[in-house]
Amino acid sequence: MKRALLTTACLTCMASPALSQTAAEVLDGYADIAQAGYEDSLATARTLQTRIDALIAAPSPQALIAARSAWLSARVPYQQTEVFRFGNAIVDDWEGRVNAWPLDEGLIDYVDGSYGGPSDENEFAALNVVANPSFTLSGQAIDASAITPALLQDTLHEADGIEANVATGYHAIEFLLWGQDLNGHGPGAGDRPYTDYVQGADCTGGNCDRRAEYLQAATELLITDLEWIVDQWDADGAARATLMEDETAGLAAILTGMGSLSYGEQAGERMRLGLMLNDPEEEHDCFSDNTHNSHYYDGLGIQNVYLGEYLRVDGTLVSGPSISDLVAASDAGLDTDLRIALSDTMHALGRIKTAAEAGLAYDQMLERGNADGEALVMGGVEGLIAQTRHIERAVAVLGLDGVAIEGSDSLDNPTAVFQ
Amino acid sequence: MTAFPSRPLALALLLASPAMAQDLTDPHLQVIPRTEAETARVAEVTALPTDFSAAWPFETNSGGAATVRARLTPDAFSQPSDNMSFERELQFRVGNGLFRRLWVSAPASTIASDGLGPLYNARSCQRCHLKDGRGHPPEGPEDLATSMFLRISIPGSDTDLTHEIEGFLATLPDPNYGTQIQDFSLPGHAPEARMDITYEEVEVALSDGETASLRRPTYALTDLAYGPPHPDAMLSPRIAPQMIGLGLLEAIPAADILAHADPDDADNDGISGRPNIVWSVEYDLPMLGRFGLKAGAPTVREQSAAAFAGDIGISNPLFPGPWGECTEAQADCRAATHGADDEQGGFEIDAEALDLVTFYSQNLAVPARRGVDDPEVLRGREMFFATGCNGCHVPSFVTHRLEDRPEHSFQLIWPYTDLLLHDMGEGLADNRPEARATGTEWRTPPLWGIGMTETVSGHTQFLHDGRARSLLEAVLWHGGEAEAQRDAVIAMPSDDRAALIRFLESL
Repeated sequence: MKRALLTTACLTCMASPALSQTAAEVLDGYADIAQAGYEDSLATARTLQTRIDALIAAPSPQALIAARSAWLSARVPYQQTEVFRFGNAIVDDWEGRVNAWPLDEGLIDYVDGSYGGPSDENEFAALNVVANPSFTLSGQAIDASAITPALLQDTLHEADGIEANVATGYHAIEFLLWGQDLNGHGPGAGDRPYTDYVQGADCTGGNCDRRAEYLQAATELLITDLEWIVDQWDADGAARATLMEDETAGLAAILTGMGSLSYGEQAGERMRLGLMLNDPEEEHDCFSDNTHNSHYYDGLGIQNVYLGEYLRVDGTLVSGPSISDLVAASDAGLDTDLRIALSDTMHALGRIKTAAEAGLAYDQMLERGNADGEALVMGGVEGLIAQTRHIERAVAVLGLDGVAIEGSDSLDNPTAVFQ
Repeated sequence: MTAFPSRPLALALLLASPAMAQDLTDPHLQVIPRTEAETARVAEVTALPTDFSAAWPFETNSGGAATVRARLTPDAFSQPSDNMSFERELQFRVGNGLFRRLWVSAPASTIASDGLGPLYNARSCQRCHLKDGRGHPPEGPEDLATSMFLRISIPGSDTDLTHEIEGFLATLPDPNYGTQIQDFSLPGHAPEARMDITYEEVEVALSDGETASLRRPTYALTDLAYGPPHPDAMLSPRIAPQMIGLGLLEAIPAADILAHADPDDADNDGISGRPNIVWSVEYDLPMLGRFGLKAGAPTVREQSAAAFAGDIGISNPLFPGPWGECTEAQADCRAATHGADDEQGGFEIDAEALDLVTFYSQNLAVPARRGVDDPEVLRGREMFFATGCNGCHVPSFVTHRLEDRPEHSFQLIWPYTDLLLHDMGEGLADNRPEARATGTEWRTPPLWGIGMTETVSGHTQFLHDGRARSLLEAVLWHGGEAEAQRDAVIAMPSDDRAALIRFLESL
């Protein structure tokens, strides 16, 4: 399904010059939404940086709340860009730097005693870089006396090949602003005191200077990474150029991104797994209890791409030709079905958000025996699954369900195609 | 460590109607039989190539249509089959979640993931299969050995055999330690032992004035917590292998693998090739062994279930003991609180979750090759074949056409393995038989993806115990049936040797 290439049979469906031009416009519109989404992610991350700098300069409960609020705002545009991950190689190779989860937070800072010390599982899970200016990693002495973006990115991130050693990105910053959520399936998120950033005698948690240094380094790195991805989508950016290179592959990338995020990533790994395991830690934003918004804006990103619309953080609407137009031209009924399915999903994800904002956090929904919580989460899962069935139909209608073998040999030499 | 005596040839004669290699079938697959025309196409496309001047059709796609783009990031081995539907990608992603899942001690509020241990090697699959790639030996005395462990057993006798498989070498678990050494444990239990490795450097002279240095390992057990091992105990060090392409290897027709077998070297090329034959717990009949370093497991599901039980201490429908593989002598382990719940069908992981992990493991995709047109790669490929490496590292197969596994159905794949056992000489021997594999035999490992090892794992350590620190060292360790090929590599002009390595790196 992914990176499907045009088959001989469907060359005809792309033969019309008018339609071909529309495809180019659709790709352009999609890239414009991506660019706007990443620009907004960058702008809101810069606000976050300002608030974090203010928190560190003058720690107070208000300054901490202001920083947390900026983090929550920054997630709104970023989550809407997740749909660009699947299908766009440049985004896919990059996103682990900014949005990796789940993470062993003990790598970064102090954790509750019940968290456990270094284990066979991950001897760096309780490394606590904030408290340790030097340590040994895979037999090498590491000088962490200065906590820099380079230390986080090149040395700590995925240390020793363990994926849970997440040292960078939104979730590392989330942990440093909220701390661990020790409430299990009960109400409440992480509750790190602002005094963790107070320098001098009133510092709590120890090493407040190094904690501040870590938070600033992680934020700086996030901004550098977002600047890079914004560049990839501008007029002569590599992501845009790759997308435009081959119209058929580009259209396939759009639908692949929608389908893969809907079905496997979100409905599967992020939602159903948590229900299977009934684990309050199996949620995407586990420190801040913001998972309902992560899911909601992931879903919205999928809908955005289909409709060719994106509401920017300043209230302006980016809109243009969309893949919906292409589907409607071929099969108006399918376009209606898909629009309704996307809308149904947003309704179901909206219910999760409504319940969470009214006080039933996502981790409470995952509790074993919580039938209402399970029904809420399953509503989202079922919506995402249902919409993917229509996305698959759209792939077929647009003639994008060709052979998945790369390279032209398979078309030149059909006797050797093993399909 | 005691060497097992040579193959007991008399064994087969004692059994009434032992399972023979030619009887092996593929009960794990829902096969759509090949037509005659398809059989002819398969023969044509897998015939030994004769033109080495250019890239061959499709060789870029090592895993057929399941091949994925070769990412230049550590996530290169963690992608689903490229030809997978969105719907099945859900199973893959949930399986991934279970693969990275940390198991906890019972009882816990998260009953779906409790039951760890009491003795174990790791708390999750991912902890050994780092980034779905290969493990490595401890990097120093302070480093933990989690992506590597020691298997242990003692010689058995014919009366210990419960199945009739021709040439099966009887072994028994060590009375105190079972079949593998678990070096971690829950509080209140002692870990079984620690693995101690020492290396001795051995210089090898190569042509054109070049040299290489091999490190020869010696293994010992220290901090033994459950008494002495049996005096005849045999140890075998094992690195966690890379996880890519397993579902494709599983889908190769057994008959096509057996077609490469030459147990008595009838063609006098110095290479035997013997199938391992194991008793399948799941299907209750003899099957071709395909997985594990000595091909001791017939299917991905059985291999995964055995790893849950032996490595993590998680009971499952195929290996139901909640104590993992604790022996009767380890009474405290057997008597401990376990994590089996009615919600999981009375197991610590139920059939549904085991199937998800199996599906994930079957569908980790092989990355596409890089630089197939590069002149040095082409020269190296020619050297690979001219030297006869393909005698065991058979380049290509076509998988069965399958009812229920579109990702693996009728794909032309390039694993560079025959999945058969070969005598690799005393230098590599673990002297510990496994099913029909003798103490000097190993299964030919697939070579696809090996050039991505550094990208994925940050190291280049190869062979069953990671002793080789480069592909060249791995080649130089070849002995036994591959001695002639190794000697040829030592003697060939250094440019050709470099090209050969370059070819391997393109896989």
